[in-house]
Amino acid sequence: MNFELLIQLIVNGLIVGTLYGVVAMCFVLIYKSTRVVNFAQGEFLLIGAWTCWAMLVKFELPFYVGFPLTLVFMLVFGIVLQVVVLRPMIGEPIISVIMVTIGLSMFFQALVAWIFGGYTKAFPTVFETASVNIAGLQIETAYLMSMVVSLVIMIGFYFFFKYSRMGLAMRATAFNQQIAQSLGISVKHVFAAAWAISAVVSALAGVVIGMVNGVSSALSFIGIKVFPVVILGGLDSIVGSIVGGLMIGVLENLAEFFDSQWLHFGNMYNIAPFYALVIILMIKPYGLFGTKDIERI
Amino acid sequence: MGDAVQNTETRESILSINNIEVVYDEVILVLRGISLEVPKGEIVTLLGPNGAGKSTTLKAVSGLLKTEDGEVTKGSIMFKGEAISNRDPDDIVRRGIFQVMEGRRIIEDMTVVENLRLGAYTRRDRGIRDDIDRVFNYFPRLKERTGLAGYLSGGEQQMLAIGRAVMARPEMILLDEPSMGLSPLLVKEVFGIIRNINQEQGITMLLVEQNANMALHCASYGYVMESGKIALDGTSEELLNNEDMKEFYLSGGDKDRKSFKNLKSYKRRKRWM
Repeated sequence: MNFELLIQLIVNGLIVGTLYGVVAMCFVLIYKSTRVVNFAQGEFLLIGAWTCWAMLVKFELPFYVGFPLTLVFMLVFGIVLQVVVLRPMIGEPIISVIMVTIGLSMFFQALVAWIFGGYTKAFPTVFETASVNIAGLQIETAYLMSMVVSLVIMIGFYFFFKYSRMGLAMRATAFNQQIAQSLGISVKHVFAAAWAISAVVSALAGVVIGMVNGVSSALSFIGIKVFPVVILGGLDSIVGSIVGGLMIGVLENLAEFFDSQWLHFGNMYNIAPFYALVIILMIKPYGLFGTKDIERI
Repeated sequence: MGDAVQNTETRESILSINNIEVVYDEVILVLRGISLEVPKGEIVTLLGPNGAGKSTTLKAVSGLLKTEDGEVTKGSIMFKGEAISNRDPDDIVRRGIFQVMEGRRIIEDMTVVENLRLGAYTRRDRGIRDDIDRVFNYFPRLKERTGLAGYLSGGEQQMLAIGRAVMARPEMILLDEPSMGLSPLLVKEVFGIIRNINQEQGITMLLVEQNANMALHCASYGYVMESGKIALDGTSEELLNNEDMKEFYLSGGDKDRKSFKNLKSYKRRKRWM
């Protein structure tokens, strides 16, 4: 058995897991406040990463200009998407809304492939050293940065929901829309804000992953991997999405390890989370932290 | 100021409801021509049995009707001279009317302070912290509760719901059955505080109640609703001394008339409905 490899994989799992956690938080944010199951979450990463790539490569902007511009673009994108596509769907059956987000996912994938082509493109190098050596483990600088960014986002989310006016309004809306309205909260604004924040933070994760793996349509696969994460953590729990993200991140790396050492099935890295998904749904359908009466999808 | 005689006709109405009809789901007619006036700075109560349309009247004013597929189809609701019927609830809160919904609808998974801060959602000024202290002055026992609001007792939740309304600094509060499910002693306490808030903050109140006795002792004027119409109205003293009111709402009347057979007014009650 190769212990060094095992530990390296676990560390990688934790790092990727925090990113899953961040994307899952974005998914939960939308689900909690608007009750929409967003199948287009992965496309937010995709669009964010491609936009940033275009800013840096096509328009040759420096990173510290192109990256904030990307976030501003995603903010507007999230609001426009909610107002134009999802606001008219308020009050429609949940399955119709799900179909709309699946449609959005396909539309954006095709659109992005049409604009940028189907090949993986590399980000210009942002960090001078590709990887650093910490206690004998090789960790890519971008991953290290992603860990820091993820932690900052998580802490940011905590303070946002605990202390900010809009954060409290979102929690109130998630608890009960009628009560929220009786307090003078405009549910329309809350919905738009939820989509905007979700788009911005997902794009952030998209850019970070794009820096490591290159930008390609494979990024949107993260959006599908969010499902095992949120179902493990509980569809409506922010804490659950972080814990679920870490668990799925480690799980897929462990599965990869066992497969490479003994099983030799191949591609366990991508499949294992979905085995886990099926098992969770059988024994704990509401996840580790979810509320019991939520709808199943 | 200091004028003991209450003459509602000469007082300026802050809210006037003129002959409104409310329809739910485009078919169910709930209010059939309600008119009432609320003078500025006073407490007016709206009494009546279950299903009379009291809560619907409040929701028509606060705009919450919209969230339940209801609509004001006729008549007008004027607040400070402006028509406010069928506006969005958040717009109405910004205009200065805050409804405390029936059944103390607090946000259970938030703390007391978070609930209070949400009450001030529409405000942008810096006085929010001071106002939280002010609410704690009215309801000292809330200050000791640091856990989630869902674990508060019924009375404390009602106090929180009222305190949250005060946080919005509204000109008018619509109170829907604050006495619901509270012990008589607590009802007395809550009504005392409602009166204090009315006098100290100058907030006008429209109070819906089942507990007619308590409400009339608190309010200056009262309306009695039955089946979507106003059946009776008058000053609190008039209503407290009204024979029908004594019979049906004030659990009093002649002591020897224990059975409905002996009720002279029974027919009159029928006519109201």
